[in-house]
Amino acid sequence: MKTVKHKILVLSGKGGVGKSTFSAHLAHGLAEDENTQVALLDIDICGPSIPKIMGLEGEQVHQSGSGWSPVFVEDNLGVMSVGFLLSSPDDAVIWRGPKKNGMIKQFLRDVDWGEVDYLIVDTPPGTSDEHLSAVQYLSAAHIDGAVIITTPQEVSLQDVRKEINFCHKVKLPIIGVVENMSVFICPKCKKETQIFPPTTGGAEVMCQDLKIPLLGKVPLDPHIGKSCDKGQSFLMDAPDSPATFAYRSIIQRIQEFCGHHPPKEEHFLSS
Amino acid sequence: MEAAVGVRHIILVLSGKGGVGKSTISTELALALRHAGKKVGILDVDLCGPSIPRMLRAQGRAVHQCDSGWVPVFVDQEQSISLMSVGFLLESPDEAVVWRGPKKNALIKQFVADVAWGQLDYLVVDTPPGTSDEHMAAVEALRPYSPLGALVVTTPQAVSVGDVRRELTFCRKTGLQVVGVVENMSGFVCPHCAECTNVFSRGGGEVLASLAGVPFLGSVPLDPELTRSLEEGQDFIRDFPKSPAFPALFSIAQKVMSEAPARLS
Repeated sequence: MKTVKHKILVLSGKGGVGKSTFSAHLAHGLAEDENTQVALLDIDICGPSIPKIMGLEGEQVHQSGSGWSPVFVEDNLGVMSVGFLLSSPDDAVIWRGPKKNGMIKQFLRDVDWGEVDYLIVDTPPGTSDEHLSAVQYLSAAHIDGAVIITTPQEVSLQDVRKEINFCHKVKLPIIGVVENMSVFICPKCKKETQIFPPTTGGAEVMCQDLKIPLLGKVPLDPHIGKSCDKGQSFLMDAPDSPATFAYRSIIQRIQEFCGHHPPKEEHFLSS
Repeated sequence: MEAAVGVRHIILVLSGKGGVGKSTISTELALALRHAGKKVGILDVDLCGPSIPRMLRAQGRAVHQCDSGWVPVFVDQEQSISLMSVGFLLESPDEAVVWRGPKKNALIKQFVADVAWGQLDYLVVDTPPGTSDEHMAAVEALRPYSPLGALVVTTPQAVSVGDVRRELTFCRKTGLQVVGVVENMSGFVCPHCAECTNVFSRGGGEVLASLAGVPFLGSVPLDPELTRSLEEGQDFIRDFPKSPAFPALFSIAQKVMSEAPARLS
């Protein structure tokens, strides 16, 4: 961990809000600058989605004298997931807490990441073993903070407030909240519908109440799911989508928080 | 361990993947079974994210004790649906349950052994995503009562199918019969122009069922009005039968019920 400059945890109390989707695209976005070294660690032991989303299904992990080698998507983007250690897509990891903790410890200790500017840690939903272990093992080496993902509905915010409480309990700084699946734009008539209605004001009101930054809102674009299924970067597949603009703005804010100046600033302004 | 003896059929709702609608489907299935005249209980073993109390407007209700154990909370006037969830045991809804495995296992054992369910036709057990402590604890605790099996929920995308395949392996390894696969969030009909968009891709449910050699029970569409009803604490019990999602759920409930007599013999 000494060779890793910035560490960001992507959390949510709630499942299925787009943590892995966001983590993957945060990694892709940061790695678009060839001079930025990015690492993506998937500690969702039971449901490791990252290999699929990054187009790395079926890849294997190699060992060397200096530890486990991550799987590289690009020269400057390395990925590690328990998914790479399973021999079949049907293999289930049916482990209790202590064994999961052991795996997470190994991932954080034994992977030879090299010199990395950003390590992004994608987590499973909840507030349990994996989260406690990740914070415990990483906190010795300064975590920049957590990005918390939600969707607009109260059933999601309800769990996210618990996650925010968890962050306070373990003294993990919160970079901010991302509201995913914000609004759906019909591809035919272009009219907006809120498929997941923000009946209690969505992330905006929650962030105001809890005095936490809202990093941005990402609309529900059906192409995001398709890109993830194909293992491609949505930012590249649909550069003009409002969702891409939203992602890029959020990534910029995260970089600012981590104390870096955004590379190629004119790239964002001209798009 | 008298508590669950009066329960005729137990069905677990599982998914490897989070956010596919397990809790929503569990609640909808319970309501559809009740609509068919059955007495139903819901056991919510998602300790980190207990969603069901809010869906049935039962947040903040207290759990009482009687001679035979904890009394589940009745969510309707007719007392045909009872519910137990860790949500009822929290002091505040924002309180996080930050427990490691062993403590979660102990509470789940209690929920199965010490809740006085009484006479029920069906107990629907809602689970968190994954294949870990809660799932193992629930299967072990329920095994003496011979559960009917598991309903496995996915959304149409490949990313979801990828996780849910592992859940099917979990079922095989733990000897839990899979009643079938339900595909949720299957398509959204634009209220402005009636165009149906596959918001979360398509086809995953049927692919999953055929890969694993288990029945495909049906697809449930996205209905924002239903989501709103669940959210706003409106009378979901009254609103649900009017939803486009209801026919699919009722058909799934019929298939679950048709599975039940076969098991008795």
